[in-house]
Amino acid sequence: MQSTQKFKNLLNKVSSQISMFFKGFAEGNIITKGSYIVMGLGQFLRGQIFKGVMYLATQILFFYFMITSGVSNIIGLKDLGSKMQERVWNEARGIFVVVKGDNSMLMLLFGVATIFIIIGFIITYIMSVHGSIQNEKIILSGKKPNNLRKDIELYLNDKYHVTVLTLPVILTFLFTIVPLVFMILIAFTNFDRNHQPPGNLFTWVGFENFSAVLWNDPLKSKTFIDLLVWTLIWAVLATGLNYIFGMVLALMINKKGIKIKKFWRTIFVVTIAVPQFVSLLLMSQLLADLGTLNVILREFGFIETFLPFLSNPTWAKVTVIIVNLWVGVPYSMLITSGILMNIPTDLYESAKIDGANAWVQFWKITLPYMLFVTGPYLITQFIGNINNFNVIYLLTRGGPLSLDYFQAGKTDLLVTWLYKLTVNEQNYSFASTIGIFIFLISAFFSLIVFNKTASTQKEEDFQ
Amino acid sequence: MIKNMKSRERFSNGIIYTVLSFLSFIWLLPIAWLVLVSFRAEPGAYTDYIFPKTYTLDNYIKLFTDTKLFNYPRWFMNTLIVAVVTCAVSTIIVLLTSYALSRLRFKLRKPMMNVALVLGMFPGFMSMIAVYHILKAFNLTQSLFALVLVYSGGAALGYYISKGFFDTIPKSIDESAMLDGASKNTIFWKITLPLSKPIVIYTILTSFIAPWMDFIFVSVIMKDNYANYTVALGLFQMLSRENIYQYFTRFAAGAVLIAIPITLLFIYMQKYYISGVTGGSVKG
Repeated sequence: MQSTQKFKNLLNKVSSQISMFFKGFAEGNIITKGSYIVMGLGQFLRGQIFKGVMYLATQILFFYFMITSGVSNIIGLKDLGSKMQERVWNEARGIFVVVKGDNSMLMLLFGVATIFIIIGFIITYIMSVHGSIQNEKIILSGKKPNNLRKDIELYLNDKYHVTVLTLPVILTFLFTIVPLVFMILIAFTNFDRNHQPPGNLFTWVGFENFSAVLWNDPLKSKTFIDLLVWTLIWAVLATGLNYIFGMVLALMINKKGIKIKKFWRTIFVVTIAVPQFVSLLLMSQLLADLGTLNVILREFGFIETFLPFLSNPTWAKVTVIIVNLWVGVPYSMLITSGILMNIPTDLYESAKIDGANAWVQFWKITLPYMLFVTGPYLITQFIGNINNFNVIYLLTRGGPLSLDYFQAGKTDLLVTWLYKLTVNEQNYSFASTIGIFIFLISAFFSLIVFNKTASTQKEEDFQ
Repeated sequence: MIKNMKSRERFSNGIIYTVLSFLSFIWLLPIAWLVLVSFRAEPGAYTDYIFPKTYTLDNYIKLFTDTKLFNYPRWFMNTLIVAVVTCAVSTIIVLLTSYALSRLRFKLRKPMMNVALVLGMFPGFMSMIAVYHILKAFNLTQSLFALVLVYSGGAALGYYISKGFFDTIPKSIDESAMLDGASKNTIFWKITLPLSKPIVIYTILTSFIAPWMDFIFVSVIMKDNYANYTVALGLFQMLSRENIYQYFTRFAAGAVLIAIPITLLFIYMQKYYISGVTGGSVKG
């Protein structure tokens, strides 16, 4: 109900904007009418010289860009190039000469960029027209439109959010949104090792990659399903166990009567501070088949042959979860210990009077309280673990490898599979498809939890 | 009765001390091993003993003198430069973004936060490949500048923790300043920032540390341009199959050298870390 209401509101807003756009043209004077064709006219002729010049410059640049390359970029999006690179016999020099063909990748990239530029231009255009209409109204009411100094003041105060957010938004567009759109589009192409620019072309293939993952290609879909199941098991165990053990550790350190709390805490903090690629690479050496741990165990006569910590699929899965405890417990210890101290002590007092022992207190008071407070933290941890690249890749590289899988090993998560598919296999289109599935999975879980946690909705209460 | 309780208390504390000591031992073991290896004179990754037969400082000295194959001082400087610039840029971006999303009210605020949430759910590595191609189109790949762009370009999406902190500053402070005629710009620089020292320090430190820890993005960006490697990627190379026997001890020495400053920073910023991470959620 609420969402349909919201949607209706949105529609109303959009339609009123559109009608204002046309009404402004019909009712405006000659300057306003002109500013529909020449951007900035309505600003320039009404004393906002700087603004007007900027708008006009934007328009000129945009048209120049569209004529020189924009239009052809958009046309190029249709089939991402048709001329393959080839070697032509050069009679005069007596050698083969490489004649450059179309580069599908750049064409897709420039096409996407052009679409964003067009959208940006349309927004600027509407802003300029809107400003022109406002200016006319202001003049009719007998006032003067803001000059540059007034405008700057405005952007330092009432419109401060515009000033502050411009740079972050631009950077996010350039380094997150455009690349993501690009990669999402790649999932609908056949960009792989055999279709690599500049030597080769790639083109649109529709949902082929998606159907291959889901049912069309038995090897790929088996790999996907198996890795998905393992990813989820891993994420649940890694998040849950780390959380519980971290909390137990925090409870121990913070217990009344335990001395040198800071000392204990610092020991565990030290392990956070050692870069993960160092500690995990070290662990993988320690736990290898011929690694130090096995060698030492054999020296002492505990074992006859080495223990396959990282080379047997089941052992490896258990090992990564345990090593991940080593990595993650200090973090959750740090985070939970602050909150644990905030639990109202009277809860425990009354529980003690009721005769609850420490075990019951933990399950009935501590854990529910902590879950309530750290709900959002847990879900970010969970999603972080779905995407936990370091632990798996540095410890096992996804291995032991398996022929049942398509380019993956038994401990590979979806995200390390994605890495291998791109870096080792250059199967970009398939990797992007997996990336989209990872997104859908993360989004699914976040939606469930975010709708249930109160603390995200109550942000205003505490200000 | 009281005596009984006291002895029980002592008993349970004793157990906790034992457990804590045991856990500390396990947690410190790999690190102790790393330090020992870094002083080991005998080469090789796998040994059947823990304590080196002969101790030496050679591994540390060679890191800085024998730079033909692995130019550690150069990597160290690279990482330092990237870390300083990244830290400056992304701290500003994170603080501006979180301030706007926490203290200012405007139409696009909620939609922007939702978009940030959605963007955060894509695996970071996915956009990395596209970023690589974009940088390549601008002829920027394999440069330190590209690395700075990559580390600070996505910084805005990490606004969440500092926003949580800004949320806890009472709004009445802003309101009274506004009554005195202060603009929002003045409020941000003169009032909010000085009040937010912990989160500013936290943001600076985390963004400074990130380039030292990361090796995925560097490996995608730098490929085979050894001169522009960062410490992490360089050390990673030492453990490749053909190098590991000879360079394992030197790897350990290099790792210890970057672990020490980061450890000190971390110990120092513990309290900020806690107040940063929990500041946003404690209010539940």
